[in-house]
Amino acid sequence: MIYTLKRLGLAILVALAVSMLSFTLLHLSGDPASAIAGESATDADIAAIRAFYGFDRPLIVQYADWLFSALRGDFGESYYFQLPVAQLIGDRLSITMTLGICGITFAILTAVPLGVAAAVRPNSMIDRVALFISVMGQAMPSFWFGLVLVVIFSIKFRLLPPSGTDGWQNFVMPTVVLGYYAMPAIMRLTRAGMLDVLSADYVRTARAKGASEMRVMFKHALRNAIIPVVSLSAVQMGFMLGGSIVVESIFALHGAGYLAWESIGRNDLPTVQALILIFALFYIVFTFLSDLLNAWLDPRMRVG
Amino acid sequence: MDNILSVRDLRVDIPLAGGTLHAVRGLNFDLARGETLCIVGESGSGKSLTSLAIMGLLPKMAQRRADKLEFSGIDLSSAKNRQMRSLRGDRISMIFQEPMTSLNPAYTIGDQLTEALLLHRKVGRKAAEARAIELLEKVGITAAASRLEQYPHQLSGGLRQRVMIAMALMAEPDLIIADEPTTALDVTIQAQILRLLVDLQREMNMAMILITHDLGVVARVADKVAIMYAGEVIESGSSKDVFTAPQHPYTRGLLRCIPVPGKTKPGEHLGSIPGIVPSLIGKTQGCAFRGRCDVAIDACAHDIPERASVEGHLYRCVHDNSQTQFSASGEINTTSQSEGRL
Repeated sequence: MIYTLKRLGLAILVALAVSMLSFTLLHLSGDPASAIAGESATDADIAAIRAFYGFDRPLIVQYADWLFSALRGDFGESYYFQLPVAQLIGDRLSITMTLGICGITFAILTAVPLGVAAAVRPNSMIDRVALFISVMGQAMPSFWFGLVLVVIFSIKFRLLPPSGTDGWQNFVMPTVVLGYYAMPAIMRLTRAGMLDVLSADYVRTARAKGASEMRVMFKHALRNAIIPVVSLSAVQMGFMLGGSIVVESIFALHGAGYLAWESIGRNDLPTVQALILIFALFYIVFTFLSDLLNAWLDPRMRVG
Repeated sequence: MDNILSVRDLRVDIPLAGGTLHAVRGLNFDLARGETLCIVGESGSGKSLTSLAIMGLLPKMAQRRADKLEFSGIDLSSAKNRQMRSLRGDRISMIFQEPMTSLNPAYTIGDQLTEALLLHRKVGRKAAEARAIELLEKVGITAAASRLEQYPHQLSGGLRQRVMIAMALMAEPDLIIADEPTTALDVTIQAQILRLLVDLQREMNMAMILITHDLGVVARVADKVAIMYAGEVIESGSSKDVFTAPQHPYTRGLLRCIPVPGKTKPGEHLGSIPGIVPSLIGKTQGCAFRGRCDVAIDACAHDIPERASVEGHLYRCVHDNSQTQFSASGEINTTSQSEGRL
């Protein structure tokens, strides 16, 4: 309980620090008023815009203003779309979330069994195949793999739609591409962890009790081996949400990652700020959840 | 007395890049219910591999062969994995050397104690927990019921080894193999834990194989002793025979290494055996100890006969040592409480 509260307090502090940092950096990266006004604007126009949006106030005041509005769910209005940012992000975020959750699930469901199988028989055929798959995943750029899938499954066999967000079929290929990107690291870490744990004394103790190999593997070994994998998966998940821009643009899934990329180009400050904060919050929430999960897995971590 | 464990010509070979390592070379012994066999030897003499060979828990690459490896009428050398699993933790159990790492850090003491019983017997969780509490009390752990909820990292080394002992006894095994159960512990609690183990073994009338390199321990608890050197038993017999009339030069050397209460004066040098254990890779012939032996002769490089000094007291040496007397300084008092180490 104390552990949970401590972690929670820490998470909130990190979130605050991230919001402050991102806000400051964005305002340091250039004068937002002149960017909005455009290249042909006069000094008077820029001054008017600056006054209209309140850019002439001290940065700390602007930050406090933005933060308190954000806490109420009001992220301001997008300069480009002239729409409330909260509304704009809402739909986009659900696409990215769906994709991220499917991607990480796919990655974990393939990586963990492969990693365990590879560790049980090191240097066997399974181990080599697993290594090959992970090297491929690490080496292949997502955009290329995505396009290859489109060529095979959409154009040649006409099984899956190449783009859009009409139904679950649209998410199959993006999930595979995104998940395959996260898979190698998870698999290698699972394998290394299992190899380590399988030579531990307590695994021998379990065998000496007459436990079956399955029980030894999954009850005694995996629970200890999976702990670093949980932390890694949380980071990968956060990364997928923010970094799925490539995948989103290949499959024309207009998610939050794609929106962030577009908004940076348009100097759409409120949108970019909101997205950075939300992505950071996701990271923080996933790390927090993975800390809780790890504490459940390993009682030694509960000391806090 | 009926033997519960019978071993004839047990061998463990480990194929390595540079040749085959003959880690255990032709072990013979019998053990009856209620008896304690102490296997004594230096590091690398094959003691631990012997115990793992009986349990069927050798590392994958090690190869086990035996003319006979029989546990209460069951031929272990031909037993299937499933049959071995049903014996382990139920009729044969093992206590390991490292209490700090032999318990799973992720599960409570209660989970780990009850596991063997739940695996092998048709008992409910409540009954298994009751048995666990009973055994924890038996091994001298206070507030036993509340310990079930604790995790290994919350216990000291001595407590963990008590838990390991309780765990090994859950299903009332017929044979218990203790592989240096006190080596990793504080000297002050080594004696306690050993006393406890021996008392429980007598109370439950189990057969016990105690692997140790502590001769002081052996003198106190063993019925039978097997002295191992380089994968071979070089001398074996009843504890009394081996300690009062050691025959093999190696055993005599070992006994000279221990101080004798009342005889060894303060500051006096204890004996030591110069040299190291020879490599066991490749073909070995003759006495493995000859390189370190004071009385080695040319014949030691050839096959060594097994001799008996009295009924059941066997040793492997080219010399017939039963005529030569063991030097007085090494006389050992079998009831001594000395904590001599090799």
